[in-house]
Amino acid sequence: MTALQHKPASPIAHLDADQVEELGRELDALREKVIIDRGQRDADYIRRLITAQRHLELGSRAVLLVSLFPPAWIVGTVGLTVAKILENMEIGHNVMHGQWDWMRDPKIRSTAWEWDHASPARLWKHTHNDVHHRYTNVLGQDHDLGYGIMRVDEDQPWSRFHLGQPLWNVINMLLFEYGIAVYDLELGKVVMGRGDRERFRANGRMVLTKVGRQALRDYVIHPLLSGPSVLTTLTANVTANVLRNVWTHSVIMCGHFPSGVETFTKQSIVGETRGEWYLRQMLGSANVSGGRLLHLMTGNLSHQIEHHLFPDLPSNRYQEIAPEVRRIFTRYGLTYTTGSFPRQLASAWWKVLRLSLPPADSAQRRRRRRQAHRAA
Amino acid sequence: MASTPPRRATGLRHALRRLAEATVTPLAPDDYLDLLAPMRPGGGRARIVSVRPEGPATTLLLRPAGRWPGHRAGQYVRLRVEVDGVRCWRCYSLTGPVAPDGTIAVTVGAVPGGAVSIQLAHRTRPGCLVGLAGPYGEFTLPDELPPKVLFVTGGSGITPVMGMLRTHLDDLPDVVLVHSARSPDQVIFGPELRAWAAAGRLRLLERHTDVEGRLRPEDLPALVPDLAERGTWASGPSGLLDDLTALFETRGWGDHLRTEWFRVATGPVGEGGRIRFTRSRSVVDVDGGTSVLDAGERAGVQLPFGCRMGICFGCVVPLTDGCVRDVRNGALTRASPDDPAVVQTCIQVPAGGCTIDA
Repeated sequence: MTALQHKPASPIAHLDADQVEELGRELDALREKVIIDRGQRDADYIRRLITAQRHLELGSRAVLLVSLFPPAWIVGTVGLTVAKILENMEIGHNVMHGQWDWMRDPKIRSTAWEWDHASPARLWKHTHNDVHHRYTNVLGQDHDLGYGIMRVDEDQPWSRFHLGQPLWNVINMLLFEYGIAVYDLELGKVVMGRGDRERFRANGRMVLTKVGRQALRDYVIHPLLSGPSVLTTLTANVTANVLRNVWTHSVIMCGHFPSGVETFTKQSIVGETRGEWYLRQMLGSANVSGGRLLHLMTGNLSHQIEHHLFPDLPSNRYQEIAPEVRRIFTRYGLTYTTGSFPRQLASAWWKVLRLSLPPADSAQRRRRRRQAHRAA
Repeated sequence: MASTPPRRATGLRHALRRLAEATVTPLAPDDYLDLLAPMRPGGGRARIVSVRPEGPATTLLLRPAGRWPGHRAGQYVRLRVEVDGVRCWRCYSLTGPVAPDGTIAVTVGAVPGGAVSIQLAHRTRPGCLVGLAGPYGEFTLPDELPPKVLFVTGGSGITPVMGMLRTHLDDLPDVVLVHSARSPDQVIFGPELRAWAAAGRLRLLERHTDVEGRLRPEDLPALVPDLAERGTWASGPSGLLDDLTALFETRGWGDHLRTEWFRVATGPVGEGGRIRFTRSRSVVDVDGGTSVLDAGERAGVQLPFGCRMGICFGCVVPLTDGCVRDVRNGALTRASPDDPAVVQTCIQVPAGGCTIDA
């Protein structure tokens, strides 16, 4: 893809300013409808899910106490992987978005939740909720476009470093929680000399403390509690964390990298209206189609479009409003980007592979520049 | 283990606690205990044992988790219930001593439009768990009981006084109770109070405001001629308490009067208002178009912030009193010190004054 503003045929050229604002009002009204209806059913949903997740985690860890017995290793590892995925995706990510703040529960609250993840909640909320959700797909501002290590858009400049990006992406996938922790530290900013070094050091200490606690729990305490099963519990916990990393990384790649997703230039969001903000979220996100289990295991990020339009609506509602959102897309002549999980994932990976190579036209461009130079 | 010196026992307990924390991080051991043993001691919960009508109100018997620390007659507890998924805390007076079976009682008056009282009175069943905190309050009788007592109550203001009467009536030789209610059948605990009056254990003066109108302070000396000699405890609507306070102060008996007033977080709603920032001790008056975040920053208060457009939740802080309005849809969020909320300051404007814990 190329930034929407650089495309010869813009997918929004048919909408005038009034229509874009009308679109915004329609989406505001949809949000309001959910807010008015939000209540006991939603509260019951998240409470039951948290209860189920905690039982699953406790049960899986209990089974792993005898992980020397191979069936126990398999059952415990699968259970713990699922528990960790649920905690990170449908619970942690969404609680930290403030989706459940309205319940006035001091524990299920954006300011109080700490997740089972290497990156401390406070840092993650800044780079994710504030930077990524505010600047969704704006080149140079939304660093989720390649996490600073990959080129995922034609309009991002190519360098030799990108030749290795398929490998960088595999490494990031396997170590995703640590990748996110480093990303949330905004290391790049400090390297470029733009960040506040004092704050970076304080944040760094916070990350190391969190990483240490997480590792102590999964790689020391639980294995030791398993007695003779010490090594097998260690391998089980490593496996669960890696599988969780692979799954969450794959889900997140499907959100903004598949083909059909638009990117935007920095200039295009200067003075952006409410309608334009919504429009950017609609075109900058991609869904994954599938059944209820897929939606649950992706933390409803399979409804990335609905999530980006309304990041603070309870996640169980995305599925319900999706048909209405889709109708709005159709009415305004916009493309609702969606596809099956394998298709979207393949599309995202294809982009990572394809854009690792220098732009096909760069050699041409160089030649043309040389000719122009000669002519002058 | 009984012979272990206490210091080592504490050290061991501390070490076990640290181990439990490290085992369940980033959660706390309490998170799992809440799941597995919600009624454990110290869990801050109570189980509803029975729900029965009490005239126009409803009496709930509660079994507190663990050992109840005990309470003084006249004190209140905070109860937490869920209304449409939202956790709400309200204050209720204990209406008697701890029962022999360890239960405590509260009586919930019907508040017009009060979602919490409706929930407690009509949708709560025996076996339900509620949050419980307390006891709290200074509205109690002294250790040395006064020889002559006057109680002035209105509506559900009778509840703390009922706690005092059920606990101390045998030891109070001379009690006058002036109680206001709309009509005879609106008197909470009516039969019990009238039975005491018939047995000569107290003098009951019922004021039925539907026919007799509101009790005026100047009526009181005629109803209770020895008013000056009585220690007075008053509980009820703020109008009644204000009138009584004025009467007692003009007569120079200010120290004879103790009052109890339960405020519900439904204060006047307006456009804009005064914002109090408690931690930074700043006060700022703003119009209905200025966000709490902008107002705070203008007053030099250090507030967290992020996107400033309502999406990132980076500006969430506690609202501990008053009311704010969401500029996007006009939705109101109310809070009181007993029932705090959290709000996004970037898209909330004060609606008649509010207190922010920042």
